[in-house]
Amino acid sequence: MSDFFSALALYGFLQTAVLAGLLASVGCGVMGTYVVVKRIAFLAGGIAHSVLGGMGAAVYFGFDPLSGALFAAILSALLIGWVRLQWQQQEDTLISALWAIGMAVGILFISQTPGYQSDLMSYLFGNILMVSKQSLWLMATLDVLLILIVSAYHRQFLAVVFDEEFARLRGIPVRFFYLLLLVMVALTVVLLIQVVGLILVLALLTLPAAIAAHYVHSIGKMMLLSTLLGSLFSVCGLALSYQPDLPAGPSIILLAGAAYILSALFSHAWLRHKRRTAITQYQTAGGRNE
Amino acid sequence: MTATNNIIQLQDVTFSYAAAPVLESIQLDVKEGEFLGIVGPNAGGKSTLLKLILGLHKPQSGHIRILGQDPRKAQRLLGYVPQYPGFSRDFPITVEQLVLLGRLGFHAPSGWLAMFRPGRYSQQDHSAVKNALQEVEADHLASRQIAGLSGGELQRVLLARALVGEPRILILDEPTANIDQRLESEIFELLKQLHERMTILVVSHDIGFISSYVTQVACINRTLMCHNTDSVDGAMIQNLYGEHVRMVAHDHH
Repeated sequence: MSDFFSALALYGFLQTAVLAGLLASVGCGVMGTYVVVKRIAFLAGGIAHSVLGGMGAAVYFGFDPLSGALFAAILSALLIGWVRLQWQQQEDTLISALWAIGMAVGILFISQTPGYQSDLMSYLFGNILMVSKQSLWLMATLDVLLILIVSAYHRQFLAVVFDEEFARLRGIPVRFFYLLLLVMVALTVVLLIQVVGLILVLALLTLPAAIAAHYVHSIGKMMLLSTLLGSLFSVCGLALSYQPDLPAGPSIILLAGAAYILSALFSHAWLRHKRRTAITQYQTAGGRNE
Repeated sequence: MTATNNIIQLQDVTFSYAAAPVLESIQLDVKEGEFLGIVGPNAGGKSTLLKLILGLHKPQSGHIRILGQDPRKAQRLLGYVPQYPGFSRDFPITVEQLVLLGRLGFHAPSGWLAMFRPGRYSQQDHSAVKNALQEVEADHLASRQIAGLSGGELQRVLLARALVGEPRILILDEPTANIDQRLESEIFELLKQLHERMTILVVSHDIGFISSYVTQVACINRTLMCHNTDSVDGAMIQNLYGEHVRMVAHDHH
């Protein structure tokens, strides 16, 4: 660990990596909270994997893979969201289809692109050590954008995420805000792909928020706590992976996963303990009075 | 429009989800200040009728006017307590935050862009929430998470969410389906008070019980089978539900 921090002072690429981890944590803290409370992790997974199709096509036709990723993410978010609002039953089938089709398209394009084979792995698993300065700026801009939109419209988002029917009755344009939310999730997914790759995006999006939900009980606090947890996991994961020269993305995810499992066990035990003491107190206070 | 004080008007309304109509040729007028009880067998179209009035569904034929407007436009003047709330009970939200959502769109000027206006709740919104919770005797729950509420407590909170938008018409779908009988009469006593200042529509399976509160009854089983202010009699119930209906007298006093 101490090796990591002395290296951090020396090497620019490590500083960039830490910064990338922190910037990604903001996005995944804010949007991950919505993903967890709205229970759309599977949907976010579908968006993440369809991104490979966009990346593959962009690489094949000679564009920046990031622009292909953005295009594919937003397109699949709108498609899934629209189908969900229109015909609710077929949502999960469509997500599975987009998930598989996106990956298949991506792999086909990449196989036909000479000299890019090795990059496939970095799309799938990401590489926080290779994030460019330009990407950092993009991530910072995206974070600012997400925070601005969420703070301006947090009431509308809460209404839509909590109870769509009631939101509709209060005159909220549910369709617009739901699709906006999905597009913002899609943008976050693209942002996170650079750090941990598209296979692990889902973990960084949901695990910090899911842990936060064990301890705090409002959307705002969940966003804050999961941002902090995400930062902690990405910095510590990076530090842990540095000395034994392990890939950083999977290290970050394993750390988050272990924390989630421990936290789930702990909060479950805590709940049982609280319930038991409540009953004991009730019994000693004079028991049943009915 | 004719100059009547019918604040709910349904003319020859037919609606279906699939091939078979759920509601057929419904003709229903409700005057301001009524307390309408809607009764009928399960799957008879009661909830669907409410959703048509709320503008959540569009009829395939016929016309609906609510407060002289298209139902979609009148939505914000209605308070709705659904039978099955559209949220999960473990959502991280306090009672106060939940009731505040009922204030959305309250200040909003009419117009398409109004709901895209960003903003936060005003002091007025917070005091309206306090009053609404007091009115349903749930002000002590304000800072509680909804996950810990009992069925009766949740029902009061949902009623507060409907009231906080200061509705002209209050619409409730089986408000007492999931709570015990003592709480049932408490809720209806509350509705009786509210009736002094607003029109109320309530769907109930419990025809004998609501008859002591309502001023008007509508019986729905695909069609509107009766619609009167007279007391509900055995012959009519038999007509509506078929044979073998037990009528249990409710007396909570």
